[in-house]
Amino acid sequence: MNVKMVFILLWVCLTVPEVARAQGFADLGTPARGFAEPQPDYKLQFPADHGAHPAFRIEWWYLTANLTGSDQIEYGLQWTLFRTALSQTALSQKANSGWNNTQLWMGHAAVTSPTAHFTAERLARGGIGQAGVTAAPFEAWIDDWVLEGTGPGTELGAAALRASGDEFAYDMQLQARGPQVLHGQDGYSVKSADGRASHYYSQPFFDISGTLRLPQGVVPVRGQAWLDREWSSSPLAVSQTGWDWFSLSFAGGDKLMAFQVRDQAGTAFTSATWIAANGRVKSFGDGALTATPLHLTSVAGRRVPTQWRLQLPDKDLDIRINALNPGAWMDVSLPYWEGPVRFAGSHTGRGYLEMTGYE
Amino acid sequence: MTGPVLWALMGHWRRNPLQLFTVLAGLALATALWSGVQAINAEARASYRLAADILGSADRAQITARVGGSVSVADYVALRRGGWRVSPVLEGRYDGIRILGIDPLTVPRGGGGLPEFNRTDIGAFLTAPGLILGRAEVLDRLRGRTLAGFETRPLLAPNTAVMDIAVAQELLEVDAGLTRLMVDPQQPLVQVSLAQIAPHLQLTPPEAGADVARLTGSFHLNLTAFGLLAFAVGIFVVHGAIGLAFEQRRGMIRTLRALGVPLGQLVVVQTLELLCLALIAGAVGMCGGYLMAAALLPDVAATLRGLYGADVSGSLHLRPVWWLSGFAIALLGTGLAAAAGLWQVLRMPLLAAARSRAWALASRRAARWQAGAALALLALAAVLTGFGTGLMAGFVLLAALLVGAALALPLALDQTLALLAGRAKTATVAWFWADTRQQVPGLSLALMALLLAMATNIGVSTMVSSFRQTFVGFLDQRLAAELYVSAQNAGQAADLQRFLEGRVDAVLPVQSVSRPLMGVPVAIYGNRPHATYRDNWQFLQAVPDVWQRVAEGKALIVNEQLFRRAGLQLGQKLAIGPDQSLGSSLEIAGIYGDYGNPVGQVVITEDLFKQLYPEVVAQRFGLRLDPSQVSILRGDLMKRFDLSESNVIDQAQIKALSLAVFERTFTVTAALNVLTLALAGFAILMSLLTLAGLRLPQLAPVWALGVTRARLAGFEVLRAVILAAFTSLMALGLGLLLAWVLLAVINVEAFGWRLPMDVFPAQYARLGALALMAALLAALWPAWRLVRRSPADLLQVFSNER
Repeated sequence: MNVKMVFILLWVCLTVPEVARAQGFADLGTPARGFAEPQPDYKLQFPADHGAHPAFRIEWWYLTANLTGSDQIEYGLQWTLFRTALSQTALSQKANSGWNNTQLWMGHAAVTSPTAHFTAERLARGGIGQAGVTAAPFEAWIDDWVLEGTGPGTELGAAALRASGDEFAYDMQLQARGPQVLHGQDGYSVKSADGRASHYYSQPFFDISGTLRLPQGVVPVRGQAWLDREWSSSPLAVSQTGWDWFSLSFAGGDKLMAFQVRDQAGTAFTSATWIAANGRVKSFGDGALTATPLHLTSVAGRRVPTQWRLQLPDKDLDIRINALNPGAWMDVSLPYWEGPVRFAGSHTGRGYLEMTGYE
Repeated sequence: MTGPVLWALMGHWRRNPLQLFTVLAGLALATALWSGVQAINAEARASYRLAADILGSADRAQITARVGGSVSVADYVALRRGGWRVSPVLEGRYDGIRILGIDPLTVPRGGGGLPEFNRTDIGAFLTAPGLILGRAEVLDRLRGRTLAGFETRPLLAPNTAVMDIAVAQELLEVDAGLTRLMVDPQQPLVQVSLAQIAPHLQLTPPEAGADVARLTGSFHLNLTAFGLLAFAVGIFVVHGAIGLAFEQRRGMIRTLRALGVPLGQLVVVQTLELLCLALIAGAVGMCGGYLMAAALLPDVAATLRGLYGADVSGSLHLRPVWWLSGFAIALLGTGLAAAAGLWQVLRMPLLAAARSRAWALASRRAARWQAGAALALLALAAVLTGFGTGLMAGFVLLAALLVGAALALPLALDQTLALLAGRAKTATVAWFWADTRQQVPGLSLALMALLLAMATNIGVSTMVSSFRQTFVGFLDQRLAAELYVSAQNAGQAADLQRFLEGRVDAVLPVQSVSRPLMGVPVAIYGNRPHATYRDNWQFLQAVPDVWQRVAEGKALIVNEQLFRRAGLQLGQKLAIGPDQSLGSSLEIAGIYGDYGNPVGQVVITEDLFKQLYPEVVAQRFGLRLDPSQVSILRGDLMKRFDLSESNVIDQAQIKALSLAVFERTFTVTAALNVLTLALAGFAILMSLLTLAGLRLPQLAPVWALGVTRARLAGFEVLRAVILAAFTSLMALGLGLLLAWVLLAVINVEAFGWRLPMDVFPAQYARLGALALMAALLAALWPAWRLVRRSPADLLQVFSNER
């Protein structure tokens, strides 16, 4: 899920001073001085690695879910916590504590139905307790939004999830029905030909249930959720303009993570991970996957592909993906499209789609 | 046809440039004074609005500690984690600059809280060395005192610097605690109640706090009243000049109408003419008003800051509304001044003779009306004195009194002169009085202007001087401690008290909490029982052994402001606890004078205060000690506790500071006073000059009877001085009455205190001399022209057909 790094860096780059940006934009592709870099021989350790890695520049806890309500309506749910280290220098001479902390936290939450899409955003700085992540017991929070471990053990076996916005709120329970999945080589996930990488693991096997509070009332829901954990310091190249990312759950119990990063030349770097129902993983490098936009929708003044054809010949995959709600636009500081999808063809099932860089 | 008619009418101004000058100058001055005051008011109000908008209390709710003090970071985080969308604010003063420390990540969206704050500022705010936003003049003052970068934001509130909380903490040298939390108008669906999270915090809905605009309202009303008064004096001048011009043009009008010019066209043309005059004078007046406002604004800003803690920009912005209102007032003034003249043109019979004495004759008829109006206004003033309430009623009373007296002036002069003429022994003296009496209508408008200006001057200077005397005496009493020390934090305060034990005669802690009481913002003080208070505080009303009762915790005392505003009674019970449910109702045992402070005050004894508000820790102390030891102890304290000059202030310094605030408060008043008086002097000069030309036919017969030109000129000068003297006498009476209204009515309504009235004969004598001098100077020039006049001119009067 390299792609989300671009997003984070765009955000950082929006927020750092103009001078720094002018000098540093071209450098975003190189490791930022003073920050830690992912190491290939690093063995992920739990529960420690559920927690934050402040020495790295960017990190996220990213949860999406496909739900069905007691009203038989399909819903999508998103809960994301991003962490960014603005700089390695504290704001003042004092220690990097209290208000001087330069760790920035950003939360995004959304609920999508076929006819509506609700979003909310929160920003906070570290150091004062307003936002943060602790490994054991596990808790990730920003304001009153929480993802917290509720079960025993070092894996994230069970968790509770809460968030609220102006028009919506949700309160969910998560229960893992399969193992955590380490991407790439034991969680060291190479992202590009020139060796950029991140530490990356997922828990794609969550059962999720709970209640949505929507303008029309309270809706009990249940379904499947997918948690992504990733941290790094290396961003993508400046020539890359955006990405399309898919997380798909097949009716048979297998899963697929797939993305392409588009660049200015009109080509794309692709990557995919096939996750068997028992948790066994097979990775596919650049070129194995083909993602073709089939239909563009006008949303928030942009033309965004909300219907795709996805092909992975190695797995005999050829499906048509349709957005549940083409208007699932995240109207936040740095807007993007993220919403639930359904697909049919060689395989059927549900999943999530994220698209950025459509101007 | 319009062109030639206009040209013919304009001929009058060409022949009488002085009259034209009077009209234009009078109108311009009136417009200038009025619009200048308006510009000052508008600037101040705009500043309040900006200051309130910027993370202020005006239009958004906020959360503060229930009993003063700060909001802890833990409370802030607890609220955020409880679903509250609040944003922290750390506020303080650095070298007089309002420092606003904010958290750019949680500032309510849409800029409502923070004009000109962009999301792109977030990075710069949070990245070392941080960023400070403010107006250029504010940033200049901070230069070199912080590592942070600067960015000019001209639309930010004046005297305000905005920065990240971390930068503000470092600048203000504070570690913990937030001043308040802004509450986003948009709150999420799910939220834990405030009482559950932090019962010691309170949510203040919008518009509930002590609003600067409301506090300063009376100050601006004062200014507005003054502007209006100056405008009125100016309009008197213009009215005189235009009225005269209309009279003198009667002959020309008659001729024009005889030549076939329709009456309607004449009126239209004259209206056009007046419009032009108004526009020209209005433009000049607006420029003058702008200059005046720009010159006075820094003083006004200093006053408002000193008196109310309001930050007002020291530089003036031009607003379109201001221009429009300035021209509107110029047009209105011209209309007021010329309405009577136009009306007469409309009603004038086609062949009515031009009468240069028409004024005097017409005024006989008008005299009855004038007397009636004067009586009615004075009666209204009397009624208002008895029954009026509120500041507006006070100003209406002032206006009724002033205009009534002005209208009565010519009648009073006429009666006095008639009396004097009746007692004349010689023919010359009898002629002198009779002739003077005949001059009164022509001079009356100028004399009325003089009366108003002088009375205002006397009234206002009496009020200011009385106020000053009371205030200085009050400062002497209240600032009885020899030295005032402020500790930097609670820990240091404790060390300080230990250190002072045995070194001084007494340590008197200054500790207070702010909270609304009966709808009025009030500061509650806990005073340590000590002879200092007994010896020095004076009560306006009190029960016997008031201090004893306060010390026993059985009673409290309140300041005059609270007493009047809340309509309290001696002996009434007042609940002063942090919570209405706590049984802490005490009897009011005394009311003390408390000048120069806009806020209500309650004083209870220290022990009770500590029971009710245990969280409040005194950090300021008044020290009683041998005056000869003050400078030694001051040095000791500064060295030992690392205190700055401003933390250890001796009595003399603090008095000087308070007096400086006071003096600045009335700088504007004094300036407007002088301008108004100058306007009146100008009016007299112009009237005398105009009359001099008309009076030749009246003087010629007297000259022909053998009175020399020099003697006649002497009479002219004497007459002007006598009339000015009469007016001055009337002005003295009116001025004292005015002073009484200002002290006993306006001040009580505006500031909440009633001051004892003192009289200052030397000041009045100086002012009277000034007025006589002005009249003398004004009369000298026409008199000199009379002396130099060739006998042929005087002879010609007889040969000319009149």
